[in-house]
Amino acid sequence: MDILNALILLLNYIFIPALTYGSQLALGAIFVTLIYGILRFANFATGDMMAFGTMVTILFTWYFQSLGISLGVLPTALLAIPFGILFMIIYMLSIDKFVFKYYRVNKSPPVQLAMVSIGVMFVTQAVVRIIIGPSDQRFFDGEKFIIKAREFKEMTGLNEGLALKSTQVITVLVTIVLVSLLFWFLNKTKTGKSMKAYSDNEDLALLSGIDPKKIVMITWIIAGILATIGGALYGLDKSFKPFTYFNNMLPIFAAAIVGGIGNPFGAFLGGYVIAFSEIFLTYAYKKFFIYILPESMEPESLVQLLSTDYKFAVSFSILVIVLLYRPSGIFKGKVL
Amino acid sequence: MRKNLNVIAAYSIMMVLIILVGVFQSWNIALSIFNMCLISAVMTMGANIQWGYAGLINFGIMGYTALGGLAAVLISVDPVQEAWSAGGFDILMCLWLIIALVLIIRFILKNFQKSKVRTYSIAALIISGIILIRFTAEPGIEAIEDINPAKTGFLGGFGLPIIFSWIVGAFFAGGLAFIVGKVALGLRADYLAIATLLISEIVIAIIKHEDWLTRGVKNVIGLKRPAPYEVDLQSTDWFITLVEKFNSGKLEVFSNLSDRQAALNQLVIEGSSIFVKLCYSGLFLTVVIILLILTQKALYSPWGRMMRAIRDNEEAANAMGKNVVKQHLLIFILGSAIVGIAGAMLVTQDGLFTPGSYRPMRYTFLIWVMVIVGGSGNNFGAILGGFAVWFLWIEAAPIALFLINFFTAGMSETHALKLHLIESVPYFRFLMMGLGLLLIMRYRPKGILPEKIEIK
Repeated sequence: MDILNALILLLNYIFIPALTYGSQLALGAIFVTLIYGILRFANFATGDMMAFGTMVTILFTWYFQSLGISLGVLPTALLAIPFGILFMIIYMLSIDKFVFKYYRVNKSPPVQLAMVSIGVMFVTQAVVRIIIGPSDQRFFDGEKFIIKAREFKEMTGLNEGLALKSTQVITVLVTIVLVSLLFWFLNKTKTGKSMKAYSDNEDLALLSGIDPKKIVMITWIIAGILATIGGALYGLDKSFKPFTYFNNMLPIFAAAIVGGIGNPFGAFLGGYVIAFSEIFLTYAYKKFFIYILPESMEPESLVQLLSTDYKFAVSFSILVIVLLYRPSGIFKGKVL
Repeated sequence: MRKNLNVIAAYSIMMVLIILVGVFQSWNIALSIFNMCLISAVMTMGANIQWGYAGLINFGIMGYTALGGLAAVLISVDPVQEAWSAGGFDILMCLWLIIALVLIIRFILKNFQKSKVRTYSIAALIISGIILIRFTAEPGIEAIEDINPAKTGFLGGFGLPIIFSWIVGAFFAGGLAFIVGKVALGLRADYLAIATLLISEIVIAIIKHEDWLTRGVKNVIGLKRPAPYEVDLQSTDWFITLVEKFNSGKLEVFSNLSDRQAALNQLVIEGSSIFVKLCYSGLFLTVVIILLILTQKALYSPWGRMMRAIRDNEEAANAMGKNVVKQHLLIFILGSAIVGIAGAMLVTQDGLFTPGSYRPMRYTFLIWVMVIVGGSGNNFGAILGGFAVWFLWIEAAPIALFLINFFTAGMSETHALKLHLIESVPYFRFLMMGLGLLLIMRYRPKGILPEKIEIK
């Protein structure tokens, strides 16, 4: 019984939150990695672009709520996401046309493009804050829990409760569907394969008749879909605040690099690596040990490897270690 | 003279702008903008040395600024005796443990062949070392943080004049840069950017949460000043006579003695804060001028030529027998040390240390905008960038307000859109910075004052 309690405890406080957070990071990391692989620059506007997509989603959610449209037990935001994606794609394509295209055509070094993306970051941040303001916005509605902690306890007779939020389930399901669609697209369709070819060797791809304009456009469209969905899921699960989104850029970068930048599958796994190690290392295991150890050996301290204040620092340290020993990432990415 | 015309013109415009603020808003605001411009100029000089001279991207400016600020706290605050007696021993033990750990790792790295066993044993050593350090430090930290947590709750500093911290801050930042440089400088440009950004976040996390050292988010307030206090000035005779002399024209208007006294009091209060700010301006200006002379000398020395050669073609410079790795590390340390000075200056001016206020937008990306806009590789350009961008950063809100009122003049005062826009005026500065950066990068990629190399 105690073993079961301990397992439920880990499931409730480590596994489920990490899986959710990891999925959100993974979507962002694939976004970063696609931009890096195909457009060849580190996009510092990642977090703010995600905030932009989420903002449009929130505005549409509010609009639908005012009209009285809802999805019943599901959050209305799911209905608004397609509109968010649409606006996001338009925004990204226009930024590409007015800003990035010039440098791409001139074959500027990646560093310059990264600097330009900082300009885009400033502008996007301003747009988001001017339109929706800098404060916290909640836009979740519908049924909050699938399993409540108390009901679970009553049902199973265990001491530990298991709470399963509907947003967590939605996040994981949507991520699985989206990522499998993406990998199907990249590996099986002609366009996807030509994207890979373009990423591997630009000149060869051009020689074999691949249209770079089309590739770039499709990359931005996919990026727009990933950014909006990733951002909206994060906002649903936690809450929407422009500054948090900007900060999320850092673990997302860490995930993309740990997984090997330019490698979408690596980025996907990298998201989970970052999320799990953050939560594993900062969780206080006291209660867990109380369950599994005999009473005489119960720990007095919190049995916490690092205090939760250092959550971000964990992912960054992992990144630094990976950069030092395997700069191409755990799952080989672009060779640098 | 002629070839420097654009430099002189750009600086005169900048000065006129600041003077205009003085005339139209107030001299107090103008001077505080000027002081912050000077601090920004020091930061941009540091970033410019790294980026302009050597082409190294350092997105960790925030971390070095914060370390400079930490130096200001550790130098100027009086030591907290009870905290030292309560937990000082544990902390010192930890320090020894860390030093021992580093030495052991160095020894292993030097004396054993590279192998899997070595890597794993070093990893195991680090992990067990961290656990050991945590266990030694825990009681000490708790004891220190328990002592009068509302006021101190930390070890305090050395109680020296705060001005020394400008040098110590440089050493702190340089020390961190040495470690970061050893670790990260081999990386490719954009990886280096990301790595330095993340390392600076780690530094901030440590400063924020190690309360025994920095008081963390509880902030350290009331740091000593290198300049006189306004309150003291207002009761000092020579200062009052000075203000009286300065404003004799204004004061003559009053025939009534008590009116005259009241007016004089008002002037003294205003004058005292201006006087304090002028003191800071003098100090900061000295730093800027010294650094400018040094960096200009360096730029035109053989060393500067070598740095440019390394920047423009690493392989060729390497083939000519220049030690690229060593020079990169050196310049990374120098640039970061200058940023550390700026961080200490900033805390000195504010008189308080607020770890929570260090955010990458303000302390990393804004500085980069300054460097790019001003002109990388040119010290005068970098300083001008610091001035122009900081000026715009502060004055963006009034400008945006004016523009909003201008464009929405047709709407009624209570129109929702107009109210919303006026409410979000503070965020227009991000928009201006972004657009400014994008326009400069597109149409004048070398900045307002581009790099100019004279060969004599």
